[in-house]
Amino acid sequence: MQITPLGDTALVLEAGSVIDEPTHRRVQTAWRALAAAPLPGVSELVPAYTTVTVFYDPWAAVQAGAPEQNITDWLATQLRERLKNPPKSAKPESKLVEIPVCYGGEFGPDLGRVATQAKIPPEEVIRRHGKAEYPVHLIGFAPGFPYLGGLPKELHTPRHPKPRMSVPPGSVGIGGAQTGIYPLATPGGWNLIGRTPLRIFRPEQNPPVLLTAGDRVKFRAITPLEFARLEERP
Amino acid sequence: MMRVRQPGLLTTVQDLGRPGYQQYGVVVGGALDGFAARALNLCVGNDDNAALLEMAQTGPELVFDRDVLLAWGGADFAATVSGEPLPRERAVRVAAGEVVSFGPARGGLRAWLALAGGIDVPVVMGSRSTYRRAGIGGHQGRSLAAGDVLKVFPPSAWAEQVMAALAADKRRATAWTVRPEVMGKPAKPGIVRALRGPECEWFTKEARHAFFSAEWRATKEADRMGVRLQGPALALAAPREMISSSVNAGVVQVPPAGQPIVLLPSRQSVGGYPRLAAVVTADLGRIAQLRPGDTVRFVETTLATAHDIYLARERDLQRVRMGLARLSA
Repeated sequence: MQITPLGDTALVLEAGSVIDEPTHRRVQTAWRALAAAPLPGVSELVPAYTTVTVFYDPWAAVQAGAPEQNITDWLATQLRERLKNPPKSAKPESKLVEIPVCYGGEFGPDLGRVATQAKIPPEEVIRRHGKAEYPVHLIGFAPGFPYLGGLPKELHTPRHPKPRMSVPPGSVGIGGAQTGIYPLATPGGWNLIGRTPLRIFRPEQNPPVLLTAGDRVKFRAITPLEFARLEERP
Repeated sequence: MMRVRQPGLLTTVQDLGRPGYQQYGVVVGGALDGFAARALNLCVGNDDNAALLEMAQTGPELVFDRDVLLAWGGADFAATVSGEPLPRERAVRVAAGEVVSFGPARGGLRAWLALAGGIDVPVVMGSRSTYRRAGIGGHQGRSLAAGDVLKVFPPSAWAEQVMAALAADKRRATAWTVRPEVMGKPAKPGIVRALRGPECEWFTKEARHAFFSAEWRATKEADRMGVRLQGPALALAAPREMISSSVNAGVVQVPPAGQPIVLLPSRQSVGGYPRLAAVVTADLGRIAQLRPGDTVRFVETTLATAHDIYLARERDLQRVRMGLARLSA
């Protein structure tokens, strides 16, 4: 695995160069191995589509035994060792999370737009969006925002040329080949097809998010009545 | 207790940030110049990570309900206490009811104010830093407003001693100060050291050369997430799509228009633009101080040198810590 510096406090492990299932699995395996036990000098690990980024504190690394003249190689050696011999107490496996979604109407004002460009009825968009299983590649953009892979090709829909000023929290959107869920009221250019009553970002809990990288997501269609019943508030 | 008479333009509670949560999309944040914030905390007998105030462009006006020991530094904010200049980069005694006032920033954009004991706000995800976008941390997840009242933890025994000694001598501030290099004052203003980034080779030879030689001008598009610079257009050697990946404070991203953005600690956790370079951590505070129109040049350095500089800054802080501990004896 190639290791590249990202500034003077991070190293990037590259597990591939395309977004696909094997790369996703390599990222997850590497992340789990590294996260299973603390690494000297390392402050955090961040998985993405094709990379795991390892953040470190050069001072803490030196306190942990890194030679001052070659902190980078010392850390890279530690990382490679760990990847070769992952501890038994690896991080728990990924979980399958079912996300209830109320599609269309005020909950998903762009459902029609997606249906039109896919040349299928809105009900069929809902059925196909709910049938697929989506790997969570990474969490980013906003706290808890999952970048999901696996969107059926016919549902790929270009982003709005002009982003909305504010997207309601819980909105499920399609942006190009990606689908995701907005955790906070933020500006956003994706096509909104529905909304989940679940809270995606929950800062008072640990972990503070509903989904983490490596999880798998299934969407389940619900009625506005169910939405009202299931709605979670901070 | 600290009462906010005037909030300033963007005054927030910060500590050293919220590491460990980027995997959940939560920004690290924290004081934009961590080394300066730590030095000021040490001046008032705090832990490095104690919560302090960060101000930008126009500072706040504050009053306390008991005598306090404080230390401030950063850009020049024409700071006063009861109308007299407020000494900087040392421990200063302020009596209950005195007005501490910060004006508009000159020669920079931001400053930090540490209070003995540290600001008492709830810890959210391991940090007291304000995270405005998520509305959490700091004081009610937002920047300060007029009329806010913030609690301050009791000062350490060391700080109590310093305050008592100053009061006994009827002195405002200590004679000792933190040396300018500990605060990160540049030997050569306008020069920032940077490393090559992971996608450096994606750019044309001319673009790489231009980045490390041209004079870059800071634009108005600057906040706690980053600063957009203006200068020669930086072109990719061939059109190429970047797969979103992690970024880091100091990373220089180049969007398609070719004008670079230097990321600061409140950057997002991932980015989708090629990463041409990365400013060394020790020089990040200089980027945070850029005012619109200020110019900056990047000189290329090696990772080993960047680590040398980083360790030197840590040793400077260690010396301050040990020196101050001896003072109390």
